[in-house]
Amino acid sequence: MALAAAEFEYLKQFVRQHAAIVLEGGKESLAELRLSPLARQEGMASAQQLLERLRHESFGGLHLRVLDAMTNNETWFFRDLVPFEALQDLVIPALAAARASSRKLNIWSAACSTGQEAYSIAMSLRGHFPQLQDWSISILATDLSLAALQRAERGLYTQLEVNRGLPIRYLAKHFLPQGIDWQLEHEICRMVEFRQMNLAEPWPPLPLFDLILFRNVLIYFDSAKRREIFRRLRRALHPEGYLFLGGPESTCPPEAGFERKTWATAVYYRLAGAVASGSSPEGKQNEPL
Amino acid sequence: MTALVVDDSSIARIHLRHVLQKLNLDVYEAGDGKQALELLRSGLQADVILLDWSMPGMDGDEVLSALRADRRFDSIRVVMVTTESDVGAVTRALDHGADEYVMKPFTPQIIIDKMRMLQAREITRTLSRQAGR
Repeated sequence: MALAAAEFEYLKQFVRQHAAIVLEGGKESLAELRLSPLARQEGMASAQQLLERLRHESFGGLHLRVLDAMTNNETWFFRDLVPFEALQDLVIPALAAARASSRKLNIWSAACSTGQEAYSIAMSLRGHFPQLQDWSISILATDLSLAALQRAERGLYTQLEVNRGLPIRYLAKHFLPQGIDWQLEHEICRMVEFRQMNLAEPWPPLPLFDLILFRNVLIYFDSAKRREIFRRLRRALHPEGYLFLGGPESTCPPEAGFERKTWATAVYYRLAGAVASGSSPEGKQNEPL
Repeated sequence: MTALVVDDSSIARIHLRHVLQKLNLDVYEAGDGKQALELLRSGLQADVILLDWSMPGMDGDEVLSALRADRRFDSIRVVMVTTESDVGAVTRALDHGADEYVMKPFTPQIIIDKMRMLQAREITRTLSRQAGR
C-alpha cells in the first residue's frame, strides 16, 4: 500500500534534512516498495510502522538504514564508457606528466555505491598505465550507504553485475568465478579505499584531488545544495585537476568557477583558469568543507 | 546499424531481436553457424553479430575463427553470448577475436548497454582517427 500523504511528507522532510535528497511527489509507491523490506527486517509489519518508529526515536542506525534504502545505489562497471576512455587517452597521461616528480595521484569516486566506478578506474590504471605501478595512487571511494560500501569492499559481484558494462578483457584479467558470482582479484580491491561520507553534511578534511568523479548524484539535490557542493568541489579539486559529472547533469553553472571541456563525446570540467602542468602545490590538505 | 543474431534457439533469437529492434537496429537471424557464414558471404552487411557460443555442429568459437580469418569481416563486432561462466571460455573468446560477451541469463538492459558500449567505442575510435591520434 502506498504511503499516505502525511507519511510521505514526513519521509520527504527526513531525507531532505539528513541527506539533502529531493524526493519528488508521485513517488509514494516507490518509497513504500523500498521501505517495506527494511520494515520486515526490523520486525515491523509495514513501511508505515517503520516511519512511525523513526519519528519517535533519536537519530541512529535505523535512520541510516532508511536513508540507505531511499538512495539510488545503481551503478555499473565503466558506466557510460566514454569518460573512462577520456581518462585513458587524455586525463591520466596529462596527470602522469604533471606529477612526474611527485609520482602521486589522488582520485575520488564520490557516491560510489557498490564500488564499480572506483574499481573501473583501478582496472584502467593497471591495464593501460603499467608505468604508474609503483606510484602512490590513492583512490578514495565514498558513499552514504554502509551496506553498499560493505559490498564494495568485498569485490564480489553477481553475474548480472559483471555482465553489465564490464569489457571482456577486464573480466578475463581480473575476475575469477566464485560459485555463481565473480570475485575481483585482491590486487585491484587493494587499490581502493572505501569510506562512508554524507555529501550533504560538512565534508571531512580531504586531500586535493587530481581527479574527481562526482557522477549521477547531483540530480538528487536541490539547487541550493548543488551550489554549495560546487563550492566545495572547487576547493577539493587540485588546480590542475579534472572533474567528471554524470551525463544528465553535465551542465555546471558558469558561476561555479569551472570551465567546461570536451573530449570526444565526454564532458569534463577544470577549474576556471587552470594552470599549466607542474606549477601548482601538491598534497595540500583541505580544511573541512 | 545491422545486427545478425546467431543462436540455435528460436526463443533466444526472438528475445534478442526484440531488444535490438528497440534500439532501432536492423536484425537478421541465423539458426546455426553455417547459415550465419552463408548470409555474410552472400553480402549481408552486418555491423555486429550476437553469437551463441554453444551450438550443435559449428559452435560459436568455430564461427568466430572463420570470421576473423576472412578480412572482409574485420569491421564486424562480435558479441559472444554464452552460458559459460569460466574465465577460460572468456579468455578463449577474447583470443579468437570476440569484442564483447554476454552471459546467459541476461536482461534486456545488459544487451542495450553492450550495444551502447560498442557504439561508444566506435565513435571514439573514429574521432581518434580523425584527430590523428
